[in-house]
Amino acid sequence: MDIGMNKSGNELTISLEGRLDTLTSPELEKKLDSALDGIKKLTFDLKGLKYISSAGLRVLAAAMDIMEDRGEMFVANANDDVRDVFEITGFIEDLNMI
Amino acid sequence: MEELDITAAKENLPQVLGFVGSRLDEVKCADKVRMQIEIAVEEVFVNIASYAYDPEAGSATIRVEISGDPLTVTMSFIDCGRPYDPLAKPDPDLKRRFGERKNGGLGIFMTKKSMDEIAYEYKDGKNILTLKKNIIREGHTNG
Repeated sequence: MDIGMNKSGNELTISLEGRLDTLTSPELEKKLDSALDGIKKLTFDLKGLKYISSAGLRVLAAAMDIMEDRGEMFVANANDDVRDVFEITGFIEDLNMI
Repeated sequence: MEELDITAAKENLPQVLGFVGSRLDEVKCADKVRMQIEIAVEEVFVNIASYAYDPEAGSATIRVEISGDPLTVTMSFIDCGRPYDPLAKPDPDLKRRFGERKNGGLGIFMTKKSMDEIAYEYKDGKNILTLKKNIIREGHTNG
């Protein structure tokens, strides 16, 4: 999986490309640890994300937890298959989808 | 029917997905159905890798058969670890916020939602989880 980070002031966009699964989620989790310091607006751009499993959902949920006290988190450009996963798990109710 | 014997370890997930994926390639399985099948394969295999043998490593056998009309993939995941029926686990409470749900159960819930049929049996010291899913081929939008 490719993880792209684009920071502008206190806004951060993280672009995910490929698969967010059991094997790649720890890498994203690790990067989030340091990347979210001072961030008030976090956007995940999922345009290139082809696949997500429960491990991937947990990392997004963890990011949402962190951002809850600091500002906002958005999820953009999810494809239909990824959106289906958000729907069947009920996760979509908690997400700010744009 | 084809069979893969492999050490039940997370790092072997790509091999398991590759084994199942090449069977799906042969029948030109549509991407959407492939993703649903891959979710089930990942959640079930990682579950075995994480819990069946802990702390020692053991092996898992994955059987795949694609047959019938409508075309159906049947996958069996077999391990010799502690008896464990994943279907007995309660579904997550979807009304609760995702982050406030109690841990666990999400992977098997996604598996149930992704597959058409799932059955568990414990037989001759083995956990056997069998999953079935109708396959839609590329170029067919619905099924």
